[in-house]
Amino acid sequence: MTDLLDLTAAQAADRIRAGDLDPRELFEHYRSRAAADELNAFTWVADQAPSAPGDGRPLAGVPVAVKDLFCTQGVPSQAASKILEDYRPPYTATVVRNLAEAGAPLLAKTNQDEFAMGSSNENSAYGPVLNPWDRRRVPGGSSGGSAAAVAAGSAPWAIGTDTGGSIRQPAALCGVVGLKPTYGACSRYGMIAFASSLDQAGPLTRDVTDAALLLAHMVGRDRHDSTSVEFPGGIEAPRAERLDGIRLGVPEELTGSEGGVEPGVREQFDATLRRAEELGATIEPCRLPHAPHALSAYYLIAPAEASANLARFDGVRYGLRLGGEADLVSMYEQTRGRGFGPEVKRRIMLGTYALSSGYYDAYYGTAQKVRTKISEDFAAAFEQFDLLVTPTSPWTAFELGSKTDDPLAMYLNDFCTVPMSLAGIPAISIPCGLSQGLPVGFQLAGPAFSEARLLDAAFALERAIAFDGSTARV
Amino acid sequence: MLDRAQVLHVARLARLELTDPEIEQMAAELSKVLEHFEKIGELDLEGVPPTSHVVEVTDTLRPDEPEASLPAEVVLASAPEPLEGGFGVPSPGQPEE
Amino acid sequence: MGALPVSDYEPVIGLEIHVQLKTQTKMFCGCRVTFGDPPNTHTCPTCLGLPGALPVANRRAAHFGLMIGLALGSDIAERSLFHRKNYFYPDNPKAYQISQYDIPLCRGGQLGDVRIHRVHLEEDAAKLNHLGQSGRIHGAERSWVDFNRCGTPLVEIVTEPDIRSAEQAREWLIVLRETLRQLGVSDVNMDEGSLRCDANVSVRLGGTSELGTKTELKNMNSFRFLERGVRAEVERQVELLRDGRSVIQETLHFDPASGQLTPLRSKEEAHDYRYFPEPDLVPLVVSEQMVADAQADMPTELPTERAARFERELGLAAGRARELAFRAELGNYFERALAGDGESVDPVALANWIPQLVERIGSDADPADSKVSPESLAGLAAMVSAKQVSRDAAREVLTLLVQEGGDPRTIVEREGLTALSGESDGLDEVIERAIASDPDAAEQVRAGNLRAIGPLIGFVKRETKGRADGAEVTRLIREHLEA
Repeated sequence: MTDLLDLTAAQAADRIRAGDLDPRELFEHYRSRAAADELNAFTWVADQAPSAPGDGRPLAGVPVAVKDLFCTQGVPSQAASKILEDYRPPYTATVVRNLAEAGAPLLAKTNQDEFAMGSSNENSAYGPVLNPWDRRRVPGGSSGGSAAAVAAGSAPWAIGTDTGGSIRQPAALCGVVGLKPTYGACSRYGMIAFASSLDQAGPLTRDVTDAALLLAHMVGRDRHDSTSVEFPGGIEAPRAERLDGIRLGVPEELTGSEGGVEPGVREQFDATLRRAEELGATIEPCRLPHAPHALSAYYLIAPAEASANLARFDGVRYGLRLGGEADLVSMYEQTRGRGFGPEVKRRIMLGTYALSSGYYDAYYGTAQKVRTKISEDFAAAFEQFDLLVTPTSPWTAFELGSKTDDPLAMYLNDFCTVPMSLAGIPAISIPCGLSQGLPVGFQLAGPAFSEARLLDAAFALERAIAFDGSTARV
Repeated sequence: MLDRAQVLHVARLARLELTDPEIEQMAAELSKVLEHFEKIGELDLEGVPPTSHVVEVTDTLRPDEPEASLPAEVVLASAPEPLEGGFGVPSPGQPEE
Repeated sequence: MGALPVSDYEPVIGLEIHVQLKTQTKMFCGCRVTFGDPPNTHTCPTCLGLPGALPVANRRAAHFGLMIGLALGSDIAERSLFHRKNYFYPDNPKAYQISQYDIPLCRGGQLGDVRIHRVHLEEDAAKLNHLGQSGRIHGAERSWVDFNRCGTPLVEIVTEPDIRSAEQAREWLIVLRETLRQLGVSDVNMDEGSLRCDANVSVRLGGTSELGTKTELKNMNSFRFLERGVRAEVERQVELLRDGRSVIQETLHFDPASGQLTPLRSKEEAHDYRYFPEPDLVPLVVSEQMVADAQADMPTELPTERAARFERELGLAAGRARELAFRAELGNYFERALAGDGESVDPVALANWIPQLVERIGSDADPADSKVSPESLAGLAAMVSAKQVSRDAAREVLTLLVQEGGDPRTIVEREGLTALSGESDGLDEVIERAIASDPDAAEQVRAGNLRAIGPLIGFVKRETKGRADGAEVTRLIREHLEA
């Protein structure tokens, strides 16, 4: 039914509330599309609609695809890793529970880079995800499955996680909207941890209205997560049509040649800046002096925290166990050595080294100081500007296998997204055009808890851009 | 920068078994990555406090009130080796220090 | 070779104590803290270390931690951090323990003669059980883990190396235990594991100030084992040094069955815990209200405070004051005896009778449970002070009181133990007979050799069945000899 495919999640919800659409029909429509998915976007798909479709609730029964990283009780939650193959947790992540209670039942679990480590979804133990715009190319990562599913119309909306760009970058490469909230806005309870001080759950949707709607039911203080905070004022549907009085800053360090931004991306970015000006925004360059070092700080802090977070995968209580008939150390080493993929092992090694005796000060300790400087840079910039804007990704979707030989080249994918993660501030990516037939993402970032202004500005721009993502939805 | 011995040392700390090709590859890749990151060592960070928590949260202590625990069968359902009502493992051989 | 005498060496001992807190729930989750229940019946995603689980700190555990800090006179940090301590072991489900590292809850303090280095909060590990012949880890075939205990709140107390003997270690730990017990923060039961103690031991030549290489002793789960283990290790180190060898820094595991300390197999590398601040927990901020609440929950007087008061207000010697203050039952009994009946008994004299009572009822018994009422003991002490009964006779009376209870005066009369004094009671007559029985001794005493008086006193004591007071007899003998 192409009719249903044209509806955004909010529009489908309206139809259901109006009595024009049966939520079970909507669920089945998406369920069968997901089951027939050829992009390898899913690790699990529901085999039937839930008994209580949730139509009386705010989200009206519009089902959501959830990244494999979230614990979903009784349903495989594997972080796309062999070490958790078919692991079924005894509890559900708070944000997933919140969404289900708000009327968005679980449609499917989406594929991802293993343990959220990657920018291309080529690190999954269950095979790479393909980009619906061009199946020879990557969808981005680590929430590649969620982004591809939404872009291809196999899910009305999805949630992912963003640690250094893992929602925003795949959203950019797949031509959908992706938002990383302020750190602490969404509970991390039940989100399999990669880097605790950076991880955040967030929506991947067709448009900004859907993103706001989903986010509104994800935020909130959770007593199971000491780092979560009540979102002041809640999240409302964006309405702004113009950007009058909005001061946009363009950080030189993230938009110049240092980040290696492709000409095609730069072109779309500049075009979007002109649209913003037409909408009444002022645009000026700004400085984030320590931003060029954000990648280094990130790739020391995140792996360090990950090395501790992934140490629990030891074959004792759950998941894969190898070498259990041998001695204890062999069991640990074989389980982990063979259960983790190469990128995960690389980051565990990096992180362990950065924390190890004699190296802590030079690596982890220094990185945490750089982080402070980056936060200060943003704080200073936000005294002059309401929002900062950058291309989300320096390039469009690249070919499968083209960056897998060089970890450093892969890490550069995150050049524009990592600084916001380190500072804990919210950022959104919206599709702003195509470059040689592939989507380009435009990123807006604001101070902590400025999601309302972020969503409004993104909404206004989105209307002006009028991006058409239907070609990916076959 | 990272030689074979260091790689083996870190792999042991992380309890990761690496094949010989993996050890070599890891040494090369980590060295390259670390070399790139060394630049942060050149920054002037005198007197800068490290960020250990990016958001200021207060009043997070929990009242000392019991909550339901998981039933033992559920807990052991995922155990690779259920044993005597617990999780079976090879004996460590000596106590942990 | 010229080895120095053993007595030239001085032990230098510090203790590391882990106290399980008596909260209802665990340190970082709402599972109940229990003992002895079927395995894995009090667990949840957090204390099992399941993927995606997060810790949330227990307010009451922080409260108890503060009370301990106040009792020890420590400096309390307004803001302390939790850290991850990373290591792999089956009883450690996250493969890191949440503890505190360079910014702990409390620093400094003192209890008795021993200074405190630090006090911090952390979580307990799971229980690792072993299958095999003895249930011990050495030689076990397979092990299994019970997570009921995992996550129980612990306070770790580390002392400065101020302890100078195995006995002092044992005695100090007893005071600490009593203090903690009176605070109500823990069951402090070494058998059940709610109080655990490791020792760091080194030796050095007396009069020097440098520290020798220290070893760490673990698994001494009773006061007796602590003393034995520490003593054995001090002896071992002294022997090594006297032989011209060196002490290697190592960890020794105490085996209760054999009483031996076994070095743990040296590992390929020492532990690198890779501490870093726990990102899942915000810093622990201690408000003025929290300190006030902890203060309000403190008992009115802790053992060391009571000892100080006994010294200051009752004039007891330091040693005796501690003895009575550091066991609540003794102090309570003593104070009841002092208060009872309005008879004014000299506190110092009365205090000296408590150990006599303890000797007779057993060192683990509570005097309040014995047949000797506090009033009786006070009465007996008063009689001795008034010279109505000799000290020796009074000891006999005490033994009888322990057996039958009752009133000391009644027993003294019934047994005919009233003290003999000079003119009446025929004491003079006995003294004359004593002098007559040993003229040599008498002559020596007359000549000025007072040490020779011994046999004369002994004669009198035998003849009077100990009813004559020793000092009084001595005085009378000399009086008679000079006459």
